[in-house]
Amino acid sequence: MTMRFSSIVFCALLSCQAFAGEAVPNAEDPVIEQRMNKLAEDLRCLVCQNESLAGSRADLAADLRREIREQMHAGKSDKEVVAYLTNRYGDFVLYKPPFKPVTFLLWLGPALFLAVGGVIWFFTLRRRRNLATPQISEAARQQAAKLLAEEEDKQ
Amino acid sequence: MKRFIPFIVFAVLATFFYVGLSRNPREVPSPFIGKPAPAFAQPQLFEPAKTFSPKDMQGQVWLFNVWASWCVSCRDEHPYLVELAKAKRLPIVGLNYKDKPEEAKAWLAQLGNPYSLAVVDPEGRVGIDYGVYGVPETYLIDRAGVIRYKQTGPVTPQVWQEKFEPLLKELGV
Repeated sequence: MTMRFSSIVFCALLSCQAFAGEAVPNAEDPVIEQRMNKLAEDLRCLVCQNESLAGSRADLAADLRREIREQMHAGKSDKEVVAYLTNRYGDFVLYKPPFKPVTFLLWLGPALFLAVGGVIWFFTLRRRRNLATPQISEAARQQAAKLLAEEEDKQ
Repeated sequence: MKRFIPFIVFAVLATFFYVGLSRNPREVPSPFIGKPAPAFAQPQLFEPAKTFSPKDMQGQVWLFNVWASWCVSCRDEHPYLVELAKAKRLPIVGLNYKDKPEEAKAWLAQLGNPYSLAVVDPEGRVGIDYGVYGVPETYLIDRAGVIRYKQTGPVTPQVWQEKFEPLLKELGV
């Protein structure tokens, strides 16, 4: 199933490249192509910023895919290819930004919000528990019962 | 105190949106600022037998402008580049990005040539090495060959005043 799906994606990509007027030199190496696609899924196209490098038809995306392919042919690891791209385009190309001081808030933000929510939750519950059930006198209770009974009789 | 909470939440959100939405998402911070301009040796547009390397410009402050005849914003930018070239303050080297030499030459003949020298990058490889993603792009490179500023999109008089002038003053040009 996954195999079939990826081959469909593969074909779709090939036709897309043909549309972009790019030569398809590496169709004979499906291993590289698959590796390239998998890597490019997690990389952002700089021209169409909501598209991945794998899915974009932008000219630059095609060039960068070519570059990734060539580097993989040259035996570079995925990590080296990613480093090659971030050296040129910055962390911006990564859909999954690295964990470093400037991105601490980004990565830890959700946990921080959860913690703030937890604190508010805790204090709300504690306050509610401390809320005493209102005490009313026996006389008042009887008066209330009488009034309610009268209401019911009317209906 | 309690009734101010919605207002405080609103103020915080409004601040975040105000700052976040006033940013230009097209502007990708360049990792090249303060780094040496990547080396290359590419044929020149008018003399393909000769090559050009950034190290040929060592000792000079210069502009490296990436342009193409198919690029619409380059047409916008061009008159101002011509004006800058006339002022002869610093040399402008053009990188003709993914273009056909004939078309590039025709374009320069028609609109004027601000470049003291133009190099070709038919496959966009130099462009990738410089992190080009939207032509026109302009790099300010100092005497030591270090990139001091990168402008993505046209160099306009306003951009020139705000971004380039302070750096040029600092570099004593």
